[in-house]
Order: sequence, then C-alpha cells, then structure tokens
Amino acid sequence: MSVLLDATTRLVVQGMTGSQGSFHTRLMREAGTQVMAGVTPGRAGATVEGLEDVPVFNTVAEATQETGANAACIFVPAAFAADAILEDAAAGLDVIVCLTEGIPVLDMLRVMPRVRAAGAHLIGPNCPGVTTPGDGVKVGVMPWAVHSPGPVGVVSRSGTLTYEVVQHLTDLGAGQTTTVGIGGDPIIGTRFTDVLAMFEADPATHGVVLLGEIGGDDEERAATYIQERMTKPVTSFIAGKTAPPERRMGHAGAIVSGTSGSATAKESALRAAGVRVGETPEHAARLLVDRLR
Amino acid sequence: MKVHEHDARAIFQRHGLPVPESRLAASAEEAAEAAGAIAGRVVVKAQVLAGGRGKAGGVSLADSPAEAGLEAARILDLEIGGEPVRKVLIAPAVDIARELYLGVVIDRTAQSLALMASAEGGVDIEEVAATNPSAILRVKVDPLAGLPDWEARQLGFALGLSGAQVRQFVRIAQGLVEAFVEVDASLAEVNPLVVDADGNLQAIDAKLNIDDNALARQPEVARLRDPHEESEAERRARGAGLSYIKLDGTIGCMVNGAGLAMATMDVIKHYGGEPANFLDVGGGAGVEKITTAFEIILEDPNVGAVLVNIFAGITRADDVAAGVIAARAGLIEDIPLVVRVAGTREAEALELLEEAGIGAERSMDAAAAQVVEAAR
Repeated sequence: MSVLLDATTRLVVQGMTGSQGSFHTRLMREAGTQVMAGVTPGRAGATVEGLEDVPVFNTVAEATQETGANAACIFVPAAFAADAILEDAAAGLDVIVCLTEGIPVLDMLRVMPRVRAAGAHLIGPNCPGVTTPGDGVKVGVMPWAVHSPGPVGVVSRSGTLTYEVVQHLTDLGAGQTTTVGIGGDPIIGTRFTDVLAMFEADPATHGVVLLGEIGGDDEERAATYIQERMTKPVTSFIAGKTAPPERRMGHAGAIVSGTSGSATAKESALRAAGVRVGETPEHAARLLVDRLR
Repeated sequence: MKVHEHDARAIFQRHGLPVPESRLAASAEEAAEAAGAIAGRVVVKAQVLAGGRGKAGGVSLADSPAEAGLEAARILDLEIGGEPVRKVLIAPAVDIARELYLGVVIDRTAQSLALMASAEGGVDIEEVAATNPSAILRVKVDPLAGLPDWEARQLGFALGLSGAQVRQFVRIAQGLVEAFVEVDASLAEVNPLVVDADGNLQAIDAKLNIDDNALARQPEVARLRDPHEESEAERRARGAGLSYIKLDGTIGCMVNGAGLAMATMDVIKHYGGEPANFLDVGGGAGVEKITTAFEIILEDPNVGAVLVNIFAGITRADDVAAGVIAARAGLIEDIPLVVRVAGTREAEALELLEEAGIGAERSMDAAAAQVVEAAR
C-alpha cells in the first residue's frame, strides 16, 4: 500500500517534448512509472528521443481519452503552468503533480477553487514530486536511487532536503511507502494535514517524517492534526532556525514575517503535539527509526 | 519586491483612493520649493523601503518652506535600517481626528486574499495583532469577484464610521483590493487611513510589496524597483540564477536547494559555528555557476572557511566537483574548504575530488562539524 500513487497510476506528462520534460520522463520510466502520453499544444504526433513509443497529443482531454491516463506531471514554464493545472483538473485527472517554480500567487488563488471543485489532488507547485518505491512509481524529479520500499511516509516542503532524509532512512534500513514533496510556494494544492491524513489511513505506513521550514503556519496546523487525529509516530525537522526575518529564503513561501512563521514556533507546536523534532535532518530520520523498532 | 511610498501613492490614487498630492525632493532646496508650492503646513517623510522610519526620526512636520528645507536636510542625512535616505516626500499636513488601518494580504491558510481593517491605526499592526488580535477585523476576498459593497459597508460600520464616511470607505477598500490584484501585490497597506478634522477619509501613507513571481508580467511595476533594495552581491547572484543572502557569520555555504541550504545553516549552528550566508545554487549547477558562487561567497571578508553541500538530484555531483576543483585553483587556495557530495554520480565526484587532493565527506553532519573546526 501507499498514498497518491500506486501500480494503477497511468501518467500523462505536460511539456514532455521539452529538454527537462523528456529527460525526466525517461528517468520516470526507468523507475517503473507507466507513462501513457505526453501533451504539448501544437505538437501532436511528435516523437521524442528515447520515448518513441509514448504518443504526444495536443490536449490533455485527448490524451486521457486515448490512453486512460489518471495522473499528470507538469513541466511547463511558470507563465503557462496555472493553465496546465486547470486543463488537468478539467480532464478529470485524480493526481496532478506540478513541478514548476515561479507561478504568480494570484494565479494559484484563482486555480485552487477549480481544483477543489474537480476533486483532484494537486501536488505542488514548486515541488520535486511523489515516489512510491514499492510499486516502482515516481512522478517528478526525485533521485530514484535514494529510495527503498518500507513502512515510512515522508512529507516535505523541500526538494533536496527530502532526498537527504530519504537517503538516511534507506541507509538505516527504513524504506518508504510514499515520499511526497508538497512544494515550497505559499499557495500549494496539498498541505501537510492532507498528506498526514492519507498516511494515517494507509495500513502500510507505520510512521511519518515531516520536513517543514519557515513561513506560514502549515506546520502548526499539522501539529494540531497530529495531536487530535494521528495514532502513528511522527518525527520532524524544521529548516530555517538561522534564517533572518523578512527575507525570502529561496522558496517563495519561506519567509518569517514579524512574529509568524519562525522555526522555533513550529518546533514548539510540534513538540507540544508529541512529535520528536530532530536537531539535524539525519537526527529526525534516526528518531523515527528508533520509534519503529 | 518593495515599492517606495511615492510610487505606491500614485498606484493607490489611480484606483480612487483619496491620497493627498505630494512631491519628491532629493535636497533641502527642492524640499523648500515643494513646500512652497503646496503652501501651509507640510509633512516631510523619508523615502526608504525599511520599516520603522517614524521611530527613527524620518518623519516630521514643517510650518514653512524654510523649516521644510531644514527638516529635509536633517532627514536626508539619516540612515534608517541600514538604508541611507536618498529622497523625501513632501505632502500637506492633515489634521487627524482618527487613525485607522487598512491592508490587503495573501491568506495562506484560507488560500484567498484577506482584507484587514482596524480602528487602531497609525501604529505597528503586527503589535496590535500580537497584543489585541480582536481589534483587527478580517474578511476573505475572492480575487476574481473582488470585495462586495455590503461586506465593505459592514466593515466600515464596524470601524465606527458614519454613513457618509462609510460610503467613502467602501470605495477605498474596493480600490485597495483592485490595486492589489492589478499589480500582483503581496501586500497593500494604508496605515494610517485617517479621518480628518472635516470628517473625510484620507490615505496619508501607502505601502506596497509585489509578488516577485509576477514581475515578468508586470513590466511597468518592475521598473519601480529601487536598485538599492539588493546588495551588489545579491544582484549579481540573481543575475547568475543563484539565490544569495548575506549573514553575519564566518562559514560560507554553497548548497543546492533552498530547504537543504537552510538546513545546512542550521546544522553549522548546531555544531557551534555561524553561517556567513544562505546560497542556493539551484538545479543543474556547472563550472561557471559554481565559480560565480565562490566569488560571491569570498567577497565577504568575514568568511574563514567554506562548506559545499550538494545532494545531487537533477544536478550531477561530478559537474559540481569539477566546478569546485576549477574554483579552488583560482580562488580559494588559502581558505579551508569542506566538500560534501551525495546523490547522482556521487562515486565519480568523489574520485575527481580525491585526485585533486580535496577531501570529501559523505555525511552532512560530519562535514558541518569539520568546517566549524576549520573556521576556528
């Protein structure tokens, strides 16, 4: 078992004809993902090197009808990415993973009500994607080699910090059910609480590592959820204890404004909810492995 | 991106807010001339992007053009939040009966815009939020539909405004929301929004921040950027596709990915060191990007050691290693360097580094502990 992705995932890739899109589509296939189609407006019938057997369509609707795809991965530039999300939601896809960084916030505010109305799970934007090692499914750009199948759920606002922790888990013999990179933007489709609920409901997931960072209050809301609803152990690392206030630390959503969004406040909220918070990313991985023994 | 008050006033005025006419001055002479043209009592305000200019003595009243000139000379000599005052704004002084607060922000939790209003204007709204949160009224606003009349009216009455004032308030609140949406703002604030001695509402201050992700489609607004908002190093980094923020410590950091970059700073601190900077080289970093990143890090004279921490996903670790080796030859022979590489093509990277005589760590914790020791 796993969350979001499993052996039934059939993927359509928006922007597959681009250099990033084609490179990472090949890697997703190497991991085992069933890539059904690519979509690039005006490029229907094109062939992509190394992906000659994957048909390219003009629209997501066509790609979905022709191939039975149920999930999408978006590699299109920021100016067109919000529209790509709307197209996927309209086509009725269950899972939409948007990797694009730099989408204007107002675009995301306009997109989110439509995504919710369609009942789709939007992951991201500005995220590394989702992997389910046990079923050989990867959507996005996470390095496949660090993953291994096992009982740990990982949810994170960051990319490389996620790889760091997943590598430690794998080295410690604790594989993963699913790793979900929810994204570093202020407005994202799926938040910590949503993914925690999925892990709590998934019988194969025995514990969760939550990787947060400064900005917003999603970690605090996660703490409330964990306290009230979760039976499984959760450990955490929060990045940005040394970040100066009022500065955007790379991610659009990573900013301490006044008194809100600080790492210290997030750590205390999580500790108060019974979450063990690591001093370093490696420590957070070890704490969970200790709890699962 | 932060917009200066005088530009924000012009944008708000375009959206129907009652903003008193004002002029900019870069010298005492220009300030006196502007005050003469306005006639009567004026306010002289430092034009800086930093907050807290009132407390720093950056705002004062003047009764004559001569006094305005003197005040301008004093304020133009100030440095506020590390930012030298380059210009002052001269506007007619308003007789204030009441000070209100009005602002539009992005509500991350509700995933909507939020309009915030308070009868306790003129002070730091963060402070009000912390000490008396019930004094701040808040409504969710759909950016597509805008702010309905009834909701603006309801807020106006809740602020204790009279019928005629509420009609003015509705236009102001709707105008502020419109301005926010039109320029892709991340914050639009009037603090204070005042009731003057005649009972009319006036927006006597303006604060506006723009969503950096939207600047590409807001060329007019992007032109309002104050080049001094960023340091030379930060500007150079942005141009090279790097994200750099200078800090006060001694350990230079070069990391890929924002979350790992923050975590690296935290882990350095955990082992007893102080990071000199945040630096995210982003994905796909090659020799050129790594070299530029080293140059920027080493321009900071406080840097006594450098930690390179790369977890390669999209990036290739061997490309990073080649960059580090090239940069070391030209730039960093005298400064202790600790390299940690993992992920895609890790083995090849380690081999390259070993051949070049650069020790590499596989663990981030070990690397951080080592660089802290080296910086001592």
